[in-house]
Amino acid sequence: MEYDTITAISTPMGEGAIAIVRISGDEALAISDKIYRGPKGKSLSEVESHTIHYGHLVDPRTGETVEEVMVSIMKGPKTFTREDVVEINCHGGLVSVNRVLQLVLSQGARLAEPGEFTKRAFLNGRIDLSQAEAVMDLIRAKTDRAMNVALSQMDGRLSKLIRKLRQEILETLAQVEVNIDYPEYDDVEEMTHRLFMDKAQYVRKEIEKLLQTSQQGKILREGLSTVIIGRPNVGKSSLLNSLVHENKAIVTDIPGTTRDVIEEYVNVRGVPLRLLDTAGIRETEDIVERIGVERSRAVLKEADLILLVLNYSDDLTPEDEMLFEAVKGMDVIVIVNKTDLPKKIKLEDVEELAGNGKVVTTSLLEDKGVNELEEAISSLFFEGNIEAGDMTYVSNSRHIALLGQAKQAVEDAILAIEAGTPVDLVQIDFTRTWELLGEIIGDSVHESLIDQLFSQFCLGK
Amino acid sequence: MQYDAGSYDVIVIGAGHAGSEAGLAAARVGAKTLMITINLDMVAFMPCNPSVGGPAKGIVVREIDALGGEMGKNIDKTHIQMRMLNTGKGPAVRALRAQADKFLYQQEMKKTIENEPNLTLIQGMVERLIVEDGVCNGVVTQTGATYKAKTVVITTGTFLRGEIILGELKYASGPNNQQPSIRLSEHLEELGFDLVRFKTGTPPRVNSHTIDYSKTEIQPGDEEPRAFSYETTKFITDQLPCWLTYTSLETHQIIDDNLHRSPMYSGMIKGTGPRYCPSIEDKVVRFNDKPRHQIFLEPEGRNTQEVYVQGLSTSLPEDVQRRILATIPGLENVQMMRAGYAIEYDAIVPTQLWPTLETKKVKNLYTAGQINGTSGYEEAAGQGLMAGINAGLNALGKEELILSRSEAYIGVLIDDLVTKGTNEPYRLLTSRAEYRLLLRHDNADLRLTEIGHKIGMIKEERYEKFLDKKAAVEAEKSRLQSIIIKPNEQTQEIIRQSGGTELKDGIRASDLLKRPEMNYSHIKLLAPSETELDNDVTEQVEIQIKYEGYIEKSLQQVDRLKKMENKKIPENIDYDAISGLANEARQKLKQVRPLSVAQASRISGVNPADVSILLVYLEQGKIARVSK
Repeated sequence: MEYDTITAISTPMGEGAIAIVRISGDEALAISDKIYRGPKGKSLSEVESHTIHYGHLVDPRTGETVEEVMVSIMKGPKTFTREDVVEINCHGGLVSVNRVLQLVLSQGARLAEPGEFTKRAFLNGRIDLSQAEAVMDLIRAKTDRAMNVALSQMDGRLSKLIRKLRQEILETLAQVEVNIDYPEYDDVEEMTHRLFMDKAQYVRKEIEKLLQTSQQGKILREGLSTVIIGRPNVGKSSLLNSLVHENKAIVTDIPGTTRDVIEEYVNVRGVPLRLLDTAGIRETEDIVERIGVERSRAVLKEADLILLVLNYSDDLTPEDEMLFEAVKGMDVIVIVNKTDLPKKIKLEDVEELAGNGKVVTTSLLEDKGVNELEEAISSLFFEGNIEAGDMTYVSNSRHIALLGQAKQAVEDAILAIEAGTPVDLVQIDFTRTWELLGEIIGDSVHESLIDQLFSQFCLGK
Repeated sequence: MQYDAGSYDVIVIGAGHAGSEAGLAAARVGAKTLMITINLDMVAFMPCNPSVGGPAKGIVVREIDALGGEMGKNIDKTHIQMRMLNTGKGPAVRALRAQADKFLYQQEMKKTIENEPNLTLIQGMVERLIVEDGVCNGVVTQTGATYKAKTVVITTGTFLRGEIILGELKYASGPNNQQPSIRLSEHLEELGFDLVRFKTGTPPRVNSHTIDYSKTEIQPGDEEPRAFSYETTKFITDQLPCWLTYTSLETHQIIDDNLHRSPMYSGMIKGTGPRYCPSIEDKVVRFNDKPRHQIFLEPEGRNTQEVYVQGLSTSLPEDVQRRILATIPGLENVQMMRAGYAIEYDAIVPTQLWPTLETKKVKNLYTAGQINGTSGYEEAAGQGLMAGINAGLNALGKEELILSRSEAYIGVLIDDLVTKGTNEPYRLLTSRAEYRLLLRHDNADLRLTEIGHKIGMIKEERYEKFLDKKAAVEAEKSRLQSIIIKPNEQTQEIIRQSGGTELKDGIRASDLLKRPEMNYSHIKLLAPSETELDNDVTEQVEIQIKYEGYIEKSLQQVDRLKKMENKKIPENIDYDAISGLANEARQKLKQVRPLSVAQASRISGVNPADVSILLVYLEQGKIARVSK
């Protein structure tokens, strides 16, 4: 095998209604076949090259249908990379495209490094000499940027947790190494299977926690949970309709499984919003009265984003202030609606109450200000320091993919311990766990194990 | 007055552990070879502990043997005890270690060298190399003797500007009060080599008659006969034990009270010492919460009363050393025969070498052993062997040999040295090998005999035997893969007795062997082979089948990197012409000048983006800018 098979989201993140996940390499067709279900049960390996096929993606592990897709099959060498290339066209938006990417990754493809498709195209002789410089710049720029993005996006807490976890793994590794390299050294406890098992299970638990709590991961999987609040008649329904209709609704009317709440998913410039309690908005306009009701408080508490709607042509009321009070400390965007009517509200007061929250004025009736609102949502999510590019996906998916692999490695270690495999072999999987976690924070230097060895233990003749 | 003293294919300077292997190897690949040593009585001398092998190092000895080197055979003939270490762990980390009779070891090695056809051993001190137009073609000794050669190997150990430090005392000396080599060191600087100052140390020796062994624990050798060499058939059965004792709080107190007199702490020693071989004063200072440290008492030979006090390496003054010894249980009345000391010496920065161990600055000049910044007899011997092989092959106009990291610990050692360099005396550890499951004690012959044979180091007879073994292993493996073991009473009984769960269905013999509680002897009962197989065959079968999954994983890892290993970088590449490389990477690449992209990727400071850029440029070899 010349190269392994790589995949990535190839369309820029954001507004597009359709996104493409590209797969390139020897295994591209085989991997696609594992997840693709055509209408007549056809296999992608058998179809003509350079054809496109309608079908569904199914997760072979669960049998669950993931997406409705069009799949382009392009067999090498007449492709961009000169390898077999499969392009999966799916619905745009972070949630769906990311699910497709994860599915492809789960079947054995590797997440492409920045610029890697271009690099392969180049290495396989697809791009001519004059483009060499551009490729270099691309690799350099993309890598540096990916690094920046990775660092800036990484929750400080997450990276601290990973560092701490790695240090604990390292201490265990060092202990095993000392047992091996200094078998007569009596001062270090022999790393038994039982001790190793305790450590491995602890590490697995921590990785699982990370996988669960990683905010980016959660948002990618579930969307940014969003609640629209406001007094009656300020335009909440209009706002909802505007968001749902302006943007392609990915999934509609999914009844909450645990709560009696209706959710809607919308994609705002690539940011997945999960609108909570929308049934309440549709059915009644008396949400103000329901503030104070336990259930609604719980909904508010779960929200990542609050859209607070005020009336432009009305004074601020005590109820409005109460709403501000209720969402204090949360991410809030204040929408002052109905600019089509005469102004009565004092915007300075709104600004003051909003604090750090962004204030947007709209006329949903006249479709004005919606762009600004979407801009506000997207910049809140991306913290304004990232242009719309594919890097956000990559670094997010990268972290999740690496955590997933690390979890797999530690589970391999646990299985090995259960099977009574010698400790120095279990060490192989445990070391892999450590390396994978290191890749998340860009630190996988092997030498540090040896440093650990000599600082932790008193060794030598 | 200079005079012409003859010409050779290869000259080896030094006859320690690196020099001995280098001289023998060069001669064995067919080159007419001369070895020059400062003192003929010091051939293969062990200035530090009288032992060979141990984790990682022991595997190097096996590799040396598989490639036709001498260390394994020599220790097999001259040890006082042998032990297999890590027997309770997996096969990858098992390691053999021998205690040497250091005097016999020297004699035996000298005898082998003297009797080797094609090899001449003489005494003399080399002061200068003859270098013309950047090519080395001979050496000049202190007495003016001029020897011509096609290639030269320097294996000067710790002799280069060696200085012994013992408390407040410091004097120019090689190890064990030998004459140091000062002019050669200066000459290397004149030739433009970067040198560093390293330090190592040795503990005191004491008189066995004055040890109270009743206060110590005995450490006997293994009862089962052991050998490093695949050719050894005669085993030494009367072994001598070692003894274990400990330092005491009193010991630590004396060290604490006298730290101001320690050259380590007074600033007298400037060289960098190895972390894995700290002096006792270092251990007490750095780990002051430890109530005691292990001390092993190791006989230096059968015909001597000198005992090596392992664990007490020190450069404290002689009087302090005496007082320290008296605080150790069993050594209360001990007579110190030689004091411990530290030695500082010059080493060359090893990134100045190609992976063949030829220097980049001077063609046809090789260096091996402690001069390259390593420590340990085995590390020295492994490099000596490779430098000798390559100097010989080069002199004969043949292609040189580079072992990869997945082929041998020797490959790991040399790649680490020439790619990463080292800022302390380098010691091999199993954790330095990313493929240690492939680099086992048991399969050194399978990994390397073929290569040894190809370059003429392994004789036909041995090679035939090796091929037979290999075939027997394969045959037995496929036999076990084809035999189904039925769940009958005998089977269930054997499984029950070994603590496993009974069979429900028939199972392939190889799959049954994979169960953790099963080993080959069980399988032998259930599925006997028609021919009686040698132990080393059945051992191989057991390991290869039992750990197949892990071995497979490692092999895949190797495969993934193969492509990068095969991407060669031309020697004349101009890194300044490659835009896009980060500055640090450019500097490092210019210094190390890696031969392959894989090697480049192992240089610290060269990140994946730099590797990608390098790859892209290499694919465009036609670009005029890259190679002038």
